[in-house]
Amino acid sequence: MMRFGVIIFPGSNCDQDCHYAIESRAGQPAVMLWHESEDLQGCDAVVVPGGFAYGDYLRTGAIAKFAPIMQSVKRFAQTGGMVLGICNGFQILCEAGLLPGALMRNAGLKYVCKQVYIRTETTDTPFTHSLHRGEVLQVPIGHMDGNYFCDEPTLASLQKEERVVFRYSSPGGERTPEANPNGSLDDIAGICSPGRNVLGLMPHPDRSSESMLGSADGLKIFQAMVGALVRK
Amino acid sequence: MSTATRIEPTITPEIIAEHGLTPGEYRKILDTLGRTPTITELGIYSVMWSEHCSYKSSKVHLKRLPTRSKLVLQGPGENAGIIDIGDGWACAFKIESHNHPSFIEPFQGAATGVGGILRDIFTMGARPLAVMDSLRFGPITKSKDSGQATVHRNHSIVEGVVSGIAGYGNCFGVPNLGGETKFEDSYSQNPLVNAFALGLMRKEDIFYAKAAGVGNPVIYVGAKTGRDGIHGATMASEEFKEGSEQKRPNVQVGDPFLEKLLLEACLEAMQTGAIVGIQDMGAAGLTCSTCEMGARGGVGIRIELDRVPQRETGMNAYEIMLSESQERMLLVAEKGREHEVFRVFEKWGLDAVTVGVVIAEPRLRVFEHGQLVADIPNTSLTDDAPLYHRPLAAWTPPVPREMPATVTLKRRGDFTAELKQLLASPNICSKRWIFEQYESMVQTNTVEGPGADAGVMRIKGTRRGLAMSLDCNGRWCYLDPKLGAMHAVAEAARNVVCAGGRPVAATNCLNFGNPEKPPIMGQFSATVDGLAEACTALGTPITGGNVSLYNETLGEGIYPTPVVGVVGIIDDIDKVTRFHFAAPGRDILVLRTACSGDEAERLVRFGSSEYAKEVLGTLWGLPPALDLAAEADLQKTLLGLISQGLIESAHDCSEGGLAVALAEGCFVKGVGARVEVKSHGMAAELGLFAETASRVILSCDPKNTTRIQELAVQSGLRADRFGATIQERLEILVDGATAVSAAVSELKAAWAGALENALHG
Repeated sequence: MMRFGVIIFPGSNCDQDCHYAIESRAGQPAVMLWHESEDLQGCDAVVVPGGFAYGDYLRTGAIAKFAPIMQSVKRFAQTGGMVLGICNGFQILCEAGLLPGALMRNAGLKYVCKQVYIRTETTDTPFTHSLHRGEVLQVPIGHMDGNYFCDEPTLASLQKEERVVFRYSSPGGERTPEANPNGSLDDIAGICSPGRNVLGLMPHPDRSSESMLGSADGLKIFQAMVGALVRK
Repeated sequence: MSTATRIEPTITPEIIAEHGLTPGEYRKILDTLGRTPTITELGIYSVMWSEHCSYKSSKVHLKRLPTRSKLVLQGPGENAGIIDIGDGWACAFKIESHNHPSFIEPFQGAATGVGGILRDIFTMGARPLAVMDSLRFGPITKSKDSGQATVHRNHSIVEGVVSGIAGYGNCFGVPNLGGETKFEDSYSQNPLVNAFALGLMRKEDIFYAKAAGVGNPVIYVGAKTGRDGIHGATMASEEFKEGSEQKRPNVQVGDPFLEKLLLEACLEAMQTGAIVGIQDMGAAGLTCSTCEMGARGGVGIRIELDRVPQRETGMNAYEIMLSESQERMLLVAEKGREHEVFRVFEKWGLDAVTVGVVIAEPRLRVFEHGQLVADIPNTSLTDDAPLYHRPLAAWTPPVPREMPATVTLKRRGDFTAELKQLLASPNICSKRWIFEQYESMVQTNTVEGPGADAGVMRIKGTRRGLAMSLDCNGRWCYLDPKLGAMHAVAEAARNVVCAGGRPVAATNCLNFGNPEKPPIMGQFSATVDGLAEACTALGTPITGGNVSLYNETLGEGIYPTPVVGVVGIIDDIDKVTRFHFAAPGRDILVLRTACSGDEAERLVRFGSSEYAKEVLGTLWGLPPALDLAAEADLQKTLLGLISQGLIESAHDCSEGGLAVALAEGCFVKGVGARVEVKSHGMAAELGLFAETASRVILSCDPKNTTRIQELAVQSGLRADRFGATIQERLEILVDGATAVSAAVSELKAAWAGALENALHG
């Protein structure tokens, strides 16, 4: 069994969704980690869930990076621990310096909530090792600030090191302007850290872990994490 | 004594009038108190006796609505109605208007509308599971009646309202399942923003807004009190005149993050067992929560205003009592257990302060700097508020009954262009531009989101689900208020049934003009009669809701708009039915009640259709006829077909008639349809676009067709097979001749982009 920890910031609103997906769909135990604590409760992987951590009236994630729990998450990541940041979690991981770049306001300047398709660009991560390269997943988004941006040297190294994990695509796996819902640079939907143990992505695997809700493709990411731990 | 001596202004007739109180109402205050009220007391009476809080014009009529059933755990009179949905679960739901604030300041007006209805739900102990909205705006495309300036203004109201709803609900973390958005001239100066919310709780965890236990502490929790929203309820009880924009300070400002903290803290504090009663501070803020909680419990509340957390310095008693600052709650805790409540609120970083105490005398006693500034019997503010039997004018048809001689129908030929025009019209086109801005999937329960006949949520840990729909056709209500109201109930219930839900209860938001005008009050009374009849016939008692009057600007009222929200229980969520065609090769049937009427009669009913408005450009006649008993049979039969697994899709035939319903059924999967309609010698427009009620388009595996038809006939209904699903094209034949022929993708393009084109094109 793999013990997941799901962080609760006061404005998290996908913490219970992640908990449900992990326990009821992936069949693994999940503990909740309160933002004011530094205790990761011995979990094997940390999920930073979606929501509006501290209201996000300032830049998204700008306050969350100072939370006590994030100091422990940084140490955990530096020692190779698996960290998955979804949506607001991705924004927080960027602010905290665990991932490069930033998530800017969507190109359309509006919140966008809909099903999108993402293409698996690398299987060399603990989150995607059980997928195949080019595999398209249907995973929904719901965000105001998902427009990924980084400077040119950073983008070059992300590309060279194959750290772009997911790109927005059509259902058939083609990259088109229409398939990119928020204007992200290079159609980036998710990236990983140099050590490949930290993944941030805007789409929600927690919302696509059962077909009744429209797609079960997101479950593959949680399952891959479980498999990765077993392999370790 | 403290520093400042209170300076009590003299209560003059001008001050009384400024408070919206009539001389008769003021005399009633004098009689009740036996003395001249203080200015604070006058303010308190003015908000509590406002139309918005007292329902003084509507109450005598609302009594006629059915409110009970075996499943109703809480009817009207609380923050929200509650029904038993089985397996130990209950759901609280209600719809409320925020029309006036949304006209003055669309973003904050709509946002705080969502905030208010959410608090109504979680103050009862329920976690909000879903929200929906019923929105009405003026025209967003230029026409003979609406010039560039009007259209621009309406655009900015649409943008503001939609982003306000999105900004609040998305941050709070509740999925929005859509609802309805309509455009008519009469809403140009009076947009309607009606917000619906539904929450889930265990039956044993229901909380009430009732004070009890003399000596128990009264605790204020949540946001600090500021000067915003003072007299918001009074503003919502007046017509708008020139310069109403100056009322902007009367509109409150919302903070959805704080509301999210308040939700978590309240639900957690409720689990301690230390809370006796709780009520949100919405309209009339601290005033309403203190006197209503006292009145419900037959006790009184004494509060000390110096203890109330304040955002601004120098606020006086009048301002503190009347502030409508958002995200605040008042609760009564068990004496000696306050610390358990405080601990939870501290964890969530919120203020929680004992501001008063429950007293035996059934009075509201307000102290400021140690001085008694208000001392009022609770019930004089609530149950004994003024009631009016306003004069009613008998309803007269506002437009001619017969189709104008200037209108000519094509009768035969190709209607593909007309269908496209309808699909691209503001009332029928896709509302994707709106609902994609709303979070619709958070909480991972959304089985059917925006854009379907009904929203569907599953209930985790059970096999059950809930279906819900908001409906009203204001134009129909204008043409015949009673019949229009009956249609609102019937259509909302039918939509719920199409998804596989068994309708069990309803909530309503009654939006009308100035009740002091007899014709408006006549509309209102007829509407209540229609709602009562339809809710009784369809088994959906009204468990609560809201009345919004004075929706008039410069004397121009809105269409009477009684928005109805129906909630239904889905016993087996795996049997939820979709509205769209799943694949080619299925039979298409129309399940309907027996139809009657010759062409002349049907043309009278055609005048209220979208086709008459959009294509023919005129309005006449009456809404479609409705036989409630037959409608009830239809809904029961359809539920039977669904539970037996006989059908694959069910879609209510509404605006735009059969042709539009078929097209909508094609769009989701890009599946086509080929059907044949018989004209019976009448104009083809009637068969294609008439909005005859009590009709549902079904698709099924051909092997089930005969069985479906047998069951329909047994119930006195018909289920004629009139075509089949095919690949990629919509083909409609009338008496064997092609009347519509187009690629689904082409029709979809017209429908999908129309709203965005109108707003940004």
